Amino acid sequence: MTSLPSPVYLAAGAATVSLGPGRREFSPRTARPGLDHYIQAAGREVLAQLSDPAGIDEGVIGNFMAARFNRQGHLGSLMTIIHPSLEYKPALRVEGACASGGLALATGIKSVLSGLADTVLVLGVEVQNTVKALYCADYLAGAAYYAGERKDGAAFLFPGLFSDRAGAYAAKVGPELARAGMARWYRNAVEHARLNPAAQEFHNSVADLEAQGLTPPNPRSFTDHLNLFDCSKVSDGAAALVVASEAGYRRLGLARADVIEVTGLAQVTANLTSPPPDLTELTTSRRAAAQALAMAGIGARDAGIFEVHDCFTISGLLSVEALGLAPAGGGAELVLSGATARAGAFPTNTGGGLVGYGHPTGATGVRMAVDLWKQLTGRAGDYQVPVAREHGIMVSMGGNDKTVVSLVVRR
Amino acid sequence: MTELHTRLENVAVVGAAGKMGSGISLLLALELTWRALERRDATCVLNLIDVHDGALQDLLRYLRAQAAKDAEKQINRLRALFRDRPDLVDNQEMVQEFVFELLLRIRTGKTLALAREAWLVFEAAYEHEPVKVAIYRELAGLCRPEAWFLTNTSSIPIQGLSEACGVPGRMIGFHFYNPPAVQKLVELIQPAGCAPELAALAAELAQALRKRTVPARDVAGFIGNGHFIRDGLQAIRRVERLAPEHGFVPALHLVERVSRDFLLRPMGCFQLIDYVGIDVFQQITRVMAAHLGEDLHSPLVDHLLELGVKGGQSSGGTQKAGFLRYQKGQPVAVFDPDTGDYLDLDSPPVRAAEARLGPAPVPGLSWKALHKDPGAAAQVAAHFQALAGLDTLGAALAREHFLASREIGLGLVRRGVAQRAEDVNDVLKLGFFHLYGPISDYLA
Repeated sequence: MTSLPSPVYLAAGAATVSLGPGRREFSPRTARPGLDHYIQAAGREVLAQLSDPAGIDEGVIGNFMAARFNRQGHLGSLMTIIHPSLEYKPALRVEGACASGGLALATGIKSVLSGLADTVLVLGVEVQNTVKALYCADYLAGAAYYAGERKDGAAFLFPGLFSDRAGAYAAKVGPELARAGMARWYRNAVEHARLNPAAQEFHNSVADLEAQGLTPPNPRSFTDHLNLFDCSKVSDGAAALVVASEAGYRRLGLARADVIEVTGLAQVTANLTSPPPDLTELTTSRRAAAQALAMAGIGARDAGIFEVHDCFTISGLLSVEALGLAPAGGGAELVLSGATARAGAFPTNTGGGLVGYGHPTGATGVRMAVDLWKQLTGRAGDYQVPVAREHGIMVSMGGNDKTVVSLVVRR
Repeated sequence: MTELHTRLENVAVVGAAGKMGSGISLLLALELTWRALERRDATCVLNLIDVHDGALQDLLRYLRAQAAKDAEKQINRLRALFRDRPDLVDNQEMVQEFVFELLLRIRTGKTLALAREAWLVFEAAYEHEPVKVAIYRELAGLCRPEAWFLTNTSSIPIQGLSEACGVPGRMIGFHFYNPPAVQKLVELIQPAGCAPELAALAAELAQALRKRTVPARDVAGFIGNGHFIRDGLQAIRRVERLAPEHGFVPALHLVERVSRDFLLRPMGCFQLIDYVGIDVFQQITRVMAAHLGEDLHSPLVDHLLELGVKGGQSSGGTQKAGFLRYQKGQPVAVFDPDTGDYLDLDSPPVRAAEARLGPAPVPGLSWKALHKDPGAAAQVAAHFQALAGLDTLGAALAREHFLASREIGLGLVRRGVAQRAEDVNDVLKLGFFHLYGPISDYLA
């Protein structure tokens, strides 16, 4: 499709604190809020921005593994706890591993495009600190091909899979450059997070982040090519916004300046049972970004604000290559040049991204769109950057680059 | 198959549910289970014997929780071990299987007859000679003639015990430090006439359990209590000397603060006695006094116990009040034997005494700040250098305590209880977490 059949907008974004290790108020031993809290908190913050909180036509909720983390299915129905007006309206839960939030956005957009809804409340949520990280790894392994990859995979399956990518990348560009690029990615992520009060790394006060990021990986206790700083943490959180037609957002009392327009959308799926064709490339993400950019009629460098899925620092480096901001193998150099930091030419993950803000898996894709919306409408508070160009782009990735949703937006 | 592996097929722990016994049981249960899984040998048995049903149930709960923690910590080893088990895929499934494998090797019971088939019997019964003698006499009649006995006694001479119980040559001292699962030290006491194979096995076992061994001669108290008891008694005597001038409670506080903060120890002398238990402390002084003919009697200790002030830990692991009262593990008040009550550390008499101590030799330096610092040695040396030059009450008391502690250490070497000064120092560093050994050149 060359363009969306009719204009679709994103508005009224909200993201909760990403709670987990790193936040001062987090302790594994004390009781914490559950799914209900996060769904209500994010959903109600969206509704509070609308002139008519009962003006939502449909709900879509993105979530990956509540059935294991919280023993809760049927999340579409759970959305009704946000507001009584959601009762007896359509709502559904969508799942695509860590791209569940991205899929929720795509689903909401399709609903609006179908003409059956003018306003869709899109929410993403995940509450993962119900189990230790070791068992969290069991649940998240469902994002890979469980029958084929889990048994012989690493105890921490996904760090293991992306460690293999980091190893291949190091072999391609040289281990020092690869490690330096990953360490800089970590530093940027935490420095950005320190400006975002909702970020999991907001309280991080380590002086020399880059030195920490350069810590040599320990294959005995963790993985061959990733250290703990390379990883996004275990997070509880939710994010939400409204997807609307023009008539829809106006009905909710919003003006054009309050919303951003979706100008490109791509949803791409690759074979879950096949290994990646090239460990040093996010092949599916590359396709998704290219399709979304083509639909929007711009190149990646035409965008002024970027959100990529840095579940690991290596995914960050590979993502900027997949977007086309750097040539294959050039991601580390681009990041080391400072281009992806908040003051750089391509400000990326300005709220901290997955490494800095946190990665409540089902919420992440929605949170990315919320951050683009905040930056493009000047609502990012302390982490606001002057966005030099009118477009923004996000790539929401699920599993080992298997389900990808990319959105191009403009203010 | 080594002698150790064969003997680990059937092991017993007597006094298994106590403070030391439960830690020893955990170490053995883990060792047996990993060995059995790695060598595909599922028959080994760990018999855990204690006199209290409730305590044995608590022990099983503790073992279940700790087994899961160990399996989680060693998840890569576990995943490799279960590679050919298609039914085990998740980390959680493997951890649960490990816990099950551990628990199915355990038999608990209240009768010593449970040790009948054991090749190795660990004993961690109450530190009271008649109790141990009674246990070993019964075991001697029950157990296989090849069975070996490893006693956790911290004070009773082993040759005499083994002969009195009819198991000469078959007993060795294998003295863990509290808590056994954490502390790296095992004091090995090989009595005269001990079978050399038993001594070799004990050394091999300690290595398998990742413990550092220090040899001690078979003299009541060995090295650890040889120092601890005398050091505790010198602290008590110093309090008694200072009490007329400062008052009992302030005097005790002075000595406690000096032995902890001015000597950079993890606990002051009185907190340590409370940790061990005042009753256990008394028991050990009696054993040592009886065997050594040395005056180790403290009327103050007797008096506290008569008042029911015992220290030690509750079953949940929290510190009970003794010389001191604790909140969240930290001392907050000192016992006053005259009133039978505790006086808060922030009460005026204690604060006045505190002011008399004078400043710390190096402000900000503490055991807590140094114990994980690889550069601690240089800072400890600087601390003692400062301590040598200070003309304060605190510094004077610290010097006196330190030199007396060194003399205790030297005495242990002179009497051959320790073969070398380093052995005394190692016991204090590994078993008591001291930053330095008492036999050092500081203040020389």
